[in-house]
Amino acid sequence: MSYFLIFFSAAIVNNFVLAYFLGICPFVGVSKRVSSAVSMGMAVTFVMLITAVVTWLIYHLILVPFDVVILQYVSFILVIASLVQLVEMFIRKVSKPLYDTLGIFLPLITTNCAILGLALFSVLRDYSFMESVVFGLGAGAGFTLALVIMAGIREELELAPVPKYFQGAAITMIVAGGLALAFMGFAGMI
Amino acid sequence: MSSTLSLKTEFIKGIWKENPVMASLLGLCPTLAVTNAANNGLAMGLATTFVLLSSSLMISALRNFIPHQVRIAGYIVIIATFVTVADRFLAAYFPVISASLGPYIPLIVVNCLILGRQEAFSSRNGIGRSLLDSLGMGIGFIIVLVVLGIIREILGSGSIFGIAILGDWFTPWMVMILPPGAFLTLGILIALANWYNDPSRSKERGTVS
Repeated sequence: MSYFLIFFSAAIVNNFVLAYFLGICPFVGVSKRVSSAVSMGMAVTFVMLITAVVTWLIYHLILVPFDVVILQYVSFILVIASLVQLVEMFIRKVSKPLYDTLGIFLPLITTNCAILGLALFSVLRDYSFMESVVFGLGAGAGFTLALVIMAGIREELELAPVPKYFQGAAITMIVAGGLALAFMGFAGMI
Repeated sequence: MSSTLSLKTEFIKGIWKENPVMASLLGLCPTLAVTNAANNGLAMGLATTFVLLSSSLMISALRNFIPHQVRIAGYIVIIATFVTVADRFLAAYFPVISASLGPYIPLIVVNCLILGRQEAFSSRNGIGRSLLDSLGMGIGFIIVLVVLGIIREILGSGSIFGIAILGDWFTPWMVMILPPGAFLTLGILIALANWYNDPSRSKERGTVS
């Protein structure tokens, strides 16, 4: 499959949030302001890229040659958790402004299903190294897109007369349903 | 910090009052992803409850031995181990369900519901209490998944647990078994729960829910 198709499919057609329901927690939690949604999206994309690289290497250079594929869940999640910590420390040392924007979101990312989902999907679909990297970028871009659109809608929603019992989580879900419906329109494109 | 509720309340609270999905919005990924049929919802609920129970047992037993600084990593390793067990078990004995749930079984590892219970409860309470708490939370989770699954399956395929109940006159609402249906159904269910829990409404009826 061409790299463009993988990117496009992960970002738009099979959007991680709206089609696979991965990363719903931050999608609901951090989508109240466009600015924080952008930061969260960037942090997730960054971690996804690194995760795609590292888990591919671990799977193909360690787990498969030593025939211990059964350990993939344990090793992936441990690697992701420590990676996130490392990235956080690294950013804090290297760039203070970047840390201020991304820093508070980084610890949340460990338990973001989208990250582990990315690693699992690349294994399931048997992607090559470059394909996994593109897949990671596409998934991150799609996550950011969904999060930013959602944040934009929620900023408007604050001024809208939402029925009492639908306020909060319920209306967020309904709006997400509308978004998912809209994104289904892209399904015919690949 | 250990809990002082009566044992019965410890068990019951997860089913409605502190229901992991409806009240705390935890574990939404699997809730939305696998509930396109009641069967899948039930299988996912059972697998999650198994992992929740086993890791609670392990973690409440080891709570005094796990160093505080690395506890989260420790919990995750324990949870991931039990998820591997559940995944292999389903693949060996229920290959059809395992195939339809796909990567969502391994994704139980990052289900915030499980890690949340370990951090908030099992690491501070004894084995018996932790098991009760997990069982209540697990049952609460299964109920939500199955209810969502039933609603979406009836409207989306006209059947329950794979058995057709609506006749030929019924045109299935395709959208219900597709992703948007999951968001819409859960949104409406949450709104219904808000309405049911509304204190001003129960006062009018003279009952306290």
